[in-house]
Amino acid sequence: MSQLTTSGSGLGLGHSRHLPTWAPYGVLVLAAAFSAAVLALAGFNLAGFLVLTAITFMIVLVVASRAVEGPRKATDRFVTSLVVGSFLLALVPLISVAWTVISRGAARLDVEFFTFSMRGIVGEGGGAAHALAGTLIITAITTLISVPIGILTAVYLVEYGRGSLARAITFLVDVMTGIPSIVAGLFALALFVLILGPSARLGIMGSVALCVLMIPVVVRSTEEILRLVPHELREASYALGVPKWRTVVKVVLRTSVAGIATGVTLAIARVIGETAPLLVTVGFTAAINYNPFDGRMATLPTFSWFSYAAPSLPVEASIDRAWTAALVLVILVMAFNLLARVVSRAFSPKTR
Amino acid sequence: MSKRIDVSDLNIYYGDFLAVEGVSMAIEPRSVTAFIGPSGCGKSTFLRSLNRMHEVIPGARVEGKVVMDGQDLYGSDVDPVDVRRTVGMVFQRPNPFPTMSIAENVLAGARLNSKRMRKSEADDLVESSLQGANLWNEVKDRLDRPGAGLSGGQQQRLCIARAIAVKPDVLLMDEPCSALDPISTLAIEDLIQKLKSDYTIVIVTHNMQQASRVSDATAFFNIAGTGKPGKLIEMADTATIFSNPTQKATEDYVSGRFG
Ligand SMILES: Nc1ncnc2c1ncn2[C@@H]1O[C@H](COP(=O)(O)OP(=O)(O)OP(=O)(O)O)[C@@H](O)[C@H]1O
Ligand SMILES: [Mg+2]
Repeated sequence: MSQLTTSGSGLGLGHSRHLPTWAPYGVLVLAAAFSAAVLALAGFNLAGFLVLTAITFMIVLVVASRAVEGPRKATDRFVTSLVVGSFLLALVPLISVAWTVISRGAARLDVEFFTFSMRGIVGEGGGAAHALAGTLIITAITTLISVPIGILTAVYLVEYGRGSLARAITFLVDVMTGIPSIVAGLFALALFVLILGPSARLGIMGSVALCVLMIPVVVRSTEEILRLVPHELREASYALGVPKWRTVVKVVLRTSVAGIATGVTLAIARVIGETAPLLVTVGFTAAINYNPFDGRMATLPTFSWFSYAAPSLPVEASIDRAWTAALVLVILVMAFNLLARVVSRAFSPKTR
Repeated sequence: MSKRIDVSDLNIYYGDFLAVEGVSMAIEPRSVTAFIGPSGCGKSTFLRSLNRMHEVIPGARVEGKVVMDGQDLYGSDVDPVDVRRTVGMVFQRPNPFPTMSIAENVLAGARLNSKRMRKSEADDLVESSLQGANLWNEVKDRLDRPGAGLSGGQQQRLCIARAIAVKPDVLLMDEPCSALDPISTLAIEDLIQKLKSDYTIVIVTHNMQQASRVSDATAFFNIAGTGKPGKLIEMADTATIFSNPTQKATEDYVSGRFG
């Protein structure tokens, strides 16, 4: 490298000067010190400090870089700091939510929370075993119904669908993606009320409502993934005398398992926290109910909502339970994500 | 086991676009036939119509006859899947299955069709196919490694092994060496020479030297202009095409004079 700079000077390569690698960090410290000093005069506040630091940092770094390294490098540094800045900005709400949920939910993250329902509990103690069971059962049924329908629809759209039917389905899927969740809930309610009468409240109704929300997400993500499978792989399979349906199952789906698993996880995460459609279809109860075809069930989101909106005395105990339910929900989603990672790691194409 | 192919008056369409017009030719068994011609003249299109891969493209269709040992491949009672089992194909870009190991790639034709096979039988097939594709020595110690981890030339030979593992009668190759270095190219040319004792081989190439080195017969395709259909100009022994063609266009093309 050094040889290149000395011997290459004739080519104009030797004149490039660089800021030292520690320059951005140095500038950052300077900018922080500067804004702290300015704000100390005007009255300190954290948000103002961060914004001022970021702006000062950018201006100083870009000006210094322009002077030393030239305009191309300066633009590079400007865009780099913009990108990193946006990333940090996007992290703020995430970290804030995670922190709030963990710090407030940790209080009741105990064995009792997972082993007790709220049946006959007045005051402190009690748990959300009934809500956890309800969420798991309803989400499992939703997934069992939505994933096959969603994947088969996507396979139809990508591999077989031509003409107006395919266009109509695509359109309907688009429309379904935009349905507000309460509408899905009311749809399921109306459907079952027609069949079972006005007081029907069942776990399965909640699953049907969530299916309306989940199917379009599965279709969309699977479709995207299937379209990524190179056409050459399908042709390679056809050229070996493999019929189309086997090609779809054993080459196209097999190649995209990893992506589909990720899409399904995202779809589960999308529905597992739904509250409104469950409130109108599944209702709420304080006791454990394992039967989705018989009576009301509690779920984590509705549990959390009820504990917060209609707390029993003492209020703090109720509110603690609400936060812990939220925390358990977050942990569940994380666990699904990890599971999907493991699945995609195991099935994704490898080169080594 | 190699077969003779007779093509008569073949028109090949993409939707309404006539890509290749009025091709008639005879492809001899146990020989190598090369297709040459300028880009876009329909060599690949014609080649793909020989194992009914053409119709995989939406809207694509074929008129005319392709007769292999007395049977019309486009007859109404013929299943394209069976045709493709008899007429194998190797593509321009190597395309091993990324989810499969080297051995699984070789066995793909059987595995994807859910054929039951004893372990010893499968091992033998892997070995003989890889031997046949001149790849065995390079990969015999890592058969369970992903096929996508091989070099481009090795991947192409893996694809050839995969194609011959289903024991076709005819092997179509669309510019099999265009992505390869000279050494891998020579390896594949040697391989073609070796394979021709068992298979009918058709190869598309842009490389005149390659055509003259490996092929017994050569067909020259040309196109009158963009949007016009490609046509078969002349087909004869390779020696005749390169030294003494009857058509002026052929002579210009093989001697490097265009337009
Ligand atoms: N999938 C397709 N849809 C529509 N037209 C196509 C398609 N593939 C090829 N064509 C057209 O058919 C004609 C012949 O194409 P083809 O690929 O057979 O040429 P080729 O001789 O193989 O050229 P090359 O030497 O560049 O590979 C071209 O005009 C091309 O634009
Ligand atoms: Mg081509």
